Amino acid sequence: MVVNRPRTSSAHECRTEPVWVRWTLITIAVLFLTVFVVLPLVVVFTEAFSRGAHAYLAALSEPEALSAIRLTLTVAAISVGLNLVFGVIAAWAIAKFEFPGKVLLITLVDLPFSVSPVISGLVFVLLFGAQGYFGTWLQSHGIQILFAVPGIALATTFVTFPFVARELIPLMQEQGTQEEEAAISLGASGLRTFFRVTIPNIKWGILYGVLLCNARAMGEFGAVSVVSGHIRGETNTMPLLVEILYNEYQFVASFAIASLLAFLALVTLIVKTVLESQLEEGRPASDD
Amino acid sequence: MTIEVRNIVKTFGAFTALDHVDLRVETGELVALLGPSGSGKTSLLRIIAGLDWPDDGAVIFDGENALERGAGERHVGFVFQHYALFRHMSVFENVAFGLRVQPRAIRKSEDQIRTRVKELRDLVQLDGRGDRYPSQLSGGQRQRIALARALAIEPRILLLDEPFGALDAKVRKELRRWLRQLHDEIHVTSIFVTHDQEEALEVANRVVVMDKGRIEQIGTPGDVYDNPATAFVHGFIGESIVLPVQVSDGKVRLGEKVLNLEPRDAASGPSNLFIRRHDVSIVPNGSGVFDGDVKHVRAFGPTQRADIVLHNGETETLVEIDAPRDRDLKPGDVVSLQPRRYRLFPAKS
Repeated sequence: MVVNRPRTSSAHECRTEPVWVRWTLITIAVLFLTVFVVLPLVVVFTEAFSRGAHAYLAALSEPEALSAIRLTLTVAAISVGLNLVFGVIAAWAIAKFEFPGKVLLITLVDLPFSVSPVISGLVFVLLFGAQGYFGTWLQSHGIQILFAVPGIALATTFVTFPFVARELIPLMQEQGTQEEEAAISLGASGLRTFFRVTIPNIKWGILYGVLLCNARAMGEFGAVSVVSGHIRGETNTMPLLVEILYNEYQFVASFAIASLLAFLALVTLIVKTVLESQLEEGRPASDD
Repeated sequence: MTIEVRNIVKTFGAFTALDHVDLRVETGELVALLGPSGSGKTSLLRIIAGLDWPDDGAVIFDGENALERGAGERHVGFVFQHYALFRHMSVFENVAFGLRVQPRAIRKSEDQIRTRVKELRDLVQLDGRGDRYPSQLSGGQRQRIALARALAIEPRILLLDEPFGALDAKVRKELRRWLRQLHDEIHVTSIFVTHDQEEALEVANRVVVMDKGRIEQIGTPGDVYDNPATAFVHGFIGESIVLPVQVSDGKVRLGEKVLNLEPRDAASGPSNLFIRRHDVSIVPNGSGVFDGDVKHVRAFGPTQRADIVLHNGETETLVEIDAPRDRDLKPGDVVSLQPRRYRLFPAKS
């Protein structure tokens, strides 16, 4: 904020807090940010490079590390893809139509946010595990869900479900249904209206939701930890591998993977800031 | 294209938006649906457009059942109160939308679309570049684009929902006159919804006055103003003085006082006496129907407005009248009032 400094100090003081109050508040805020945000980030990167760039790159090119990176990207791609489709459909239904049970649906969309990720993972063990409801049937048909990619993808999809839908529901509710009605009355089919009117109006919101969903999908630990089975080189995602390596005192390797995750988070943050300004433009003018 | 609405019923939960409505609009007419908010006028318009469906009744276009067709198949141009322009499309693409989504067999070529959009922009008198976006236009310009977009599909019927409701007073007046002219040019059967009586009386050939989901009166602007069919219409259109009176034995009483008025065909019982404010003359003292004291006088424009407390026994009744500017009136004067025209309607129990 830019404050034009008034000529008399008395006029200035009655408009703002005394100097010592302002500086105390600023110091507290800066200290807090340093301890909780900046320091951890610095530690991650210094630890990762503590034995030089060579050791860093070697740690990242270990077969186990490469497998974890590949698995994390695969799982993120699957769950973001699924949540994109489900999220847009759910938001569209909730924002544009009136139907009984709407409130219940909105609550259900939020459920993954309020449930501990460990519980979410456990639910899938109860459903698909050897002693689970579908376990026997799955085993007899040779389908592996738990301790394999499908289980990890399912758990991640569940945990990250709200991101796309939650972002789109208020945006679509604000935009209303009049543009769709106009398109329909001009002779456009329902499908055409959806792709030429509804989707372009929410494209920035979709991107924003996908971005957050992706960030969370790559970083998810709790739910994945329960369903993965920790098979080395097969079912360990990046966050799981960070923990394993750390527990085995391989600090450089552990922090190298962690630095990669932190780097992805920073990129996400930058893209998110850019998207937010785009999203503002997509909202209807508050006054017309 | 004639539009016939028969016995339409529409409810939203416990609320009855339209209660057995019948209406017939002739080819080339420009009809206003006028009423307060919640009177059902917009619901009726949306049902005609196919954006809503009635619970009961029929909508007939030129003898054909319109309810068998969806909104897109009715060839109806619809103009929304808040324009509903496609915000991510340029002005050109907005107007061209209806042409681009036509079935492949009858779709125009890119050149034909360009020509048509140009014609429409000339028709709605919108100059400037076609690559601008709706957010860069003023409210009046947006509404012109919305109208051009609706006209692009050569609609058989044009429906406008509070078309000028979101505009400021000056632009509204200008667009009102312009819509009237446009209708004279293209002559498409049109219905517009408004809660603004001046707009309805000034623009429409016929006015349909609605209240609480029912049609109160259908008539020319002159009809509904001069010969209101119901107490609601008298109160809603124009400014009226309303006095609670009692009709019995061929006499009209205000409080204790017997008024020197003919009850005509009014039924006995509690009634309301309606007088237009400008239909009251100030006459020599003692010779009018009412006597009263002048309380306040506000003079501006061609007339002056006076608050007068009537002498009618125990209760005091305050009325507001219009008087010519040259009539000398000041607070404290005792005056006698004579209504030149009046109407009696039974009071609602």
